Amino acid sequence: MKRTPLYEAHLRLGGRMVEFAGFALPLQYTSIVEEHLAVRRGAGLFDVSHMGEFWVRGEEALAFLQWATANDAARLKVGRAQYSMLPNERGGVVDDIYLYRLGEVEYLMVVNAANIAKDFAHLKALAEGFRVELVDRSEATALLALQGPKAASLLQGLTEEDLSQRRKNDVFRAQVAGRPALLARTGYTGEDGFELFLAPEDAEAVFLALVERGAKPCGLGARDTLRLEAGFPLYGHELTDTTNPLCTPWAWVVKKEKDFFGKEAMLAAPCREKLVGLVLETGIPREGYPVLSGERPVGRVTSGGYSPLLEKGIALAYVEEGVEEPFFVAVRGKPVRASLSPLPFVPLK
Amino acid sequence: MDIPKDRFYTKTHEWALPEGDTVLVGITDYAQDALGDVVYVELPEVGRKVEKGEAVAVVESVKTASDIYAPVAGEVVEVNLALEKTPELINQDPYGEGWIFRLRPLDMTHLDDLLDADGYQEALESEA
Repeated sequence: MKRTPLYEAHLRLGGRMVEFAGFALPLQYTSIVEEHLAVRRGAGLFDVSHMGEFWVRGEEALAFLQWATANDAARLKVGRAQYSMLPNERGGVVDDIYLYRLGEVEYLMVVNAANIAKDFAHLKALAEGFRVELVDRSEATALLALQGPKAASLLQGLTEEDLSQRRKNDVFRAQVAGRPALLARTGYTGEDGFELFLAPEDAEAVFLALVERGAKPCGLGARDTLRLEAGFPLYGHELTDTTNPLCTPWAWVVKKEKDFFGKEAMLAAPCREKLVGLVLETGIPREGYPVLSGERPVGRVTSGGYSPLLEKGIALAYVEEGVEEPFFVAVRGKPVRASLSPLPFVPLK
Repeated sequence: MDIPKDRFYTKTHEWALPEGDTVLVGITDYAQDALGDVVYVELPEVGRKVEKGEAVAVVESVKTASDIYAPVAGEVVEVNLALEKTPELINQDPYGEGWIFRLRPLDMTHLDDLLDADGYQEALESEA
């Protein structure tokens, strides 16, 4: 199992280590619910060094990214970031990604840990014929996510950069606790916050400095409940290589007015199912549980769990197009009433 | 891990505390700690007859669902309704307020087949 640069720090802080995408990472330190609420009400700190980082440089970097990604990379000014997807040739998704424009012809792409090798091979093949250089720096990059309404004020105590001048999706270089960092006002919890790209040797000092100032260390458990409550997709669950993103609430990512790899297949594929948010009357839905209309199975839960803010079971599920409420989720075989919910499941800023 | 000496244990981490001709059943401190935040408990119906080792209740934590097994054969005579509103009692007080159901065993001597506190301690150590 691979270790992140923070492995020793996780053990010292009492992290319960589990395997995720080949990495040993903390599931939780104290309690998933406590860590979840720290991010919604204060500031939580995650080690997300397992994520992949690709640098894309060169004269035709933009042209290449326009071809390889579904969102409109041309809208990105230097110092800005956007959520995007890598479409495949069959109308599905290779991965969902975050794209950061660092310079005129320099971009950073952050990808899911489980997809690093697949994504890099896919991008390498697409890059043929473009004057562009692709470098996988995943192993040489540590990544922390400081998230929550108090993230900015907490981080401000460790940097001279005026963070009040930085908007959501800004990316910039700054010193944090005396270490050089690439900072982005991004994250995947539905809260304000920052992601800090660091050299592996600087990661522990910055992590501990943030904890010292009051950031609560948070594990993968809270990361998942937060993204679920925020109604964000997780690759391998809501998005897969056979999911048409146009049939999801994240269809806005796909900019049909531009050309991109796989566009025709994506536009041609009909939507037979739609993704919905469900709130259960009782019980906790889990991945794979059937969704019923009456007694008829009409779909399945792709991500399910507990919402600490609603104090209820919530799920993202695919259901047949055209089927309307009432829905039920079969919880260990017993149908439980589930009402449709807008996404996010809870009001977020 | 706290393992009170006044009761019996199973290898599947239930405890059974004799009270008159009934036993209270819950999960151990070790089990609640391993599960993490308990957020939902599915309780059995009162009057249900159960076999030893039958799944009787379900404890759901944020991360997983876990079956709770009957330590001995018998009839469910009471359930802890407080868990419907406050399932976290299982984390806060696993050996007390966090009890799950009360059984009337077919035969109280069946309890002698269960582990005592030392036996459970050993089972935990061999599991680790």
